[in-house]
Amino acid sequence: MGSEQTEGARQLLLQTYRSMRRIRRFEERTADLIEAGEIKTPCHLYIGQEAIAAGVCAALGRDDYIWGGHRSHGHYLAKGGGLAAMMAELYGKATGCSGGRGGSMHLVAPEVGLLGTVPLVAATIPLAVGAALASKLRNDGRVSVSFFGDGATEEGHFHESLNLAALYRLPVIFVCENNFYSSHLHLLERRAEDNIVESGRAHGVPAARLDGNDALAVHQATAEAVARARRGDGPTLLECRTYRWRGHVGPAWDMDVGVRRKDELKEWQSRDPVAQGRQRLLDGGYPEAELEQTDRGIEEEIEQAVEFARTSPYPDEASLLDFVYASGTGGP
Amino acid sequence: MRTLTYAQAIREAHALLLENDPRVFLIGQGLRSPWYAGGSLEGLDSEFGPERVMDSPVSENATTGAAVGAAIAGMRPIVFHPRMDFMLLALDPIINQAANWSYMFAGQVSVPLVIRAVVNRGGEQGAQHAQAMQALFMHLPGLKVVMPSTPHDAKGLLIAAVADGNPVLYIDDRWLYDEVGPVAEEMYTVPIGTAAVRKEGADVTIVATSYMAVEAMKAVAVLAERGIDAEMIDLRSIKPWDHELIFDSVRKTGRLVISDAAWKTAGVAAEIAASVSTELFDALKAPIQRVTLPDAPAPVSAALERAYYITAGDIVTAAERAVGV
Repeated sequence: MGSEQTEGARQLLLQTYRSMRRIRRFEERTADLIEAGEIKTPCHLYIGQEAIAAGVCAALGRDDYIWGGHRSHGHYLAKGGGLAAMMAELYGKATGCSGGRGGSMHLVAPEVGLLGTVPLVAATIPLAVGAALASKLRNDGRVSVSFFGDGATEEGHFHESLNLAALYRLPVIFVCENNFYSSHLHLLERRAEDNIVESGRAHGVPAARLDGNDALAVHQATAEAVARARRGDGPTLLECRTYRWRGHVGPAWDMDVGVRRKDELKEWQSRDPVAQGRQRLLDGGYPEAELEQTDRGIEEEIEQAVEFARTSPYPDEASLLDFVYASGTGGP
Repeated sequence: MRTLTYAQAIREAHALLLENDPRVFLIGQGLRSPWYAGGSLEGLDSEFGPERVMDSPVSENATTGAAVGAAIAGMRPIVFHPRMDFMLLALDPIINQAANWSYMFAGQVSVPLVIRAVVNRGGEQGAQHAQAMQALFMHLPGLKVVMPSTPHDAKGLLIAAVADGNPVLYIDDRWLYDEVGPVAEEMYTVPIGTAAVRKEGADVTIVATSYMAVEAMKAVAVLAERGIDAEMIDLRSIKPWDHELIFDSVRKTGRLVISDAAWKTAGVAAEIAASVSTELFDALKAPIQRVTLPDAPAPVSAALERAYYITAGDIVTAAERAVGV
């Protein structure tokens, strides 16, 4: 882009960089806090995949819906969920985004359209289709995004949902974050071919394969999918190829899959999405001092969140049975 | 008052809900087909359009999941499973998602959803076209379960289920579709969690669910001829169930027969029996009797079906055992 960078492009670069850096540092701090024994809820860290959450959410409006899975800290932050409320949730505190009932795997921020994340693989794919159906019936212009991993494409939920969304031309975007490992098992140990993107064609859903470490590429493809959805032209499948740097769960680097993965990791680390975003800004003439100031702001925000989480109260035992049933009319 | 059949009452409830609330829509298999829905959804698709009455692909999981997602996003869906057996393909959205959603997120989002499941027993259909699995769902925190037995309740409980704001499993039985009873023309609700005394009596309490309530009324008449004054309670709501009404009745009669046309082990009757024996041990004059299906899949041969399904006669026998005749 160099000096040709327009103001709009620079804003997008800055927005996605800040979003990615915030996720990266939140996750690194969380990893430390797990190792220190302060956070005990199982955390599936998003480090390495930040460009996908940042790129997708930069193409969405505040009212658009997103749905996630077990590895959704990044989705929550990128869509605008409160950072301190998520940290408090990881501590199981009453001030957490799910009141200490959810933990890392059940995040919610209805005020910014995040209607829930759950660890049951592929479970929120049909739910995202349902929210898109709600939008279509209300004609309210909202788009619904489903984030899921490559493992989820092996579930029936995925195929049934693509068919339903295509049949009813629903405003939903299926974002598959293909990091090549479902827990410990490589993609090619789970399917005959590396062809997730072709599932789209089979179900009549336009699909594209993307570099999931390039926030701008992800943003561009999502923006096109959003436009298609808002026009009433139906769903899109985006396969974003990426790599998670840490193990399936917890702070360790490769505890699940052994030594072979180290070479891969090295290769993918050379394509670090956060460093890439930073370099683009610098190449475009953005002052390094201002970037450092942005970074410092993120550090302060995270430290304040840790302090907030540490000092917040635990939920009252007397509230154990609250919320088993909704009290009123339900819905956001 | 005007009378309708049970199936017509269900249809009327759907029509009123669709007419009065733009958030209500139907999704599921066989909505257009009398083969699947009897008369209970007749003509709704032409009256309200295929956008709101969506006869869906063969995808129980995705259609139920979509209904859950639409409910979380503020709609009031009714997802239809013409046979409860097939609904088992949608257990993830029902159990893992709908039932847990409010709790997992501290009530900030909830699932105002009705899951309608039809029990379609008998007729030499065999094990996978006959199962009544209310007990399975009664077990789950976060779900409500209703089983109306009269046309009046069929309409009122469906409207209550849509208004409830929680995931409600509404189970109707094809054996009830031709039952006729008075049904008011307007929108009305039957409160979830309330049972109904269908006949007062002093000697023994009979609690029955769904079509066993019809059988129980026949049993009450036979018992009366034999000098036994039975009280009959139609449970209507399986979860929550009306502890107070049943406890009051058992305090009066001291004897309890529970009839639920589903398996005995860990069933609805077992749950009520356990609660009554815990709370009213001193009031009981006789052991509690359960009239349920045997713990076996439904057979096909009519000869075996006759042995498998329970009737008024089984309730009479149990009631006589309870009073010590």
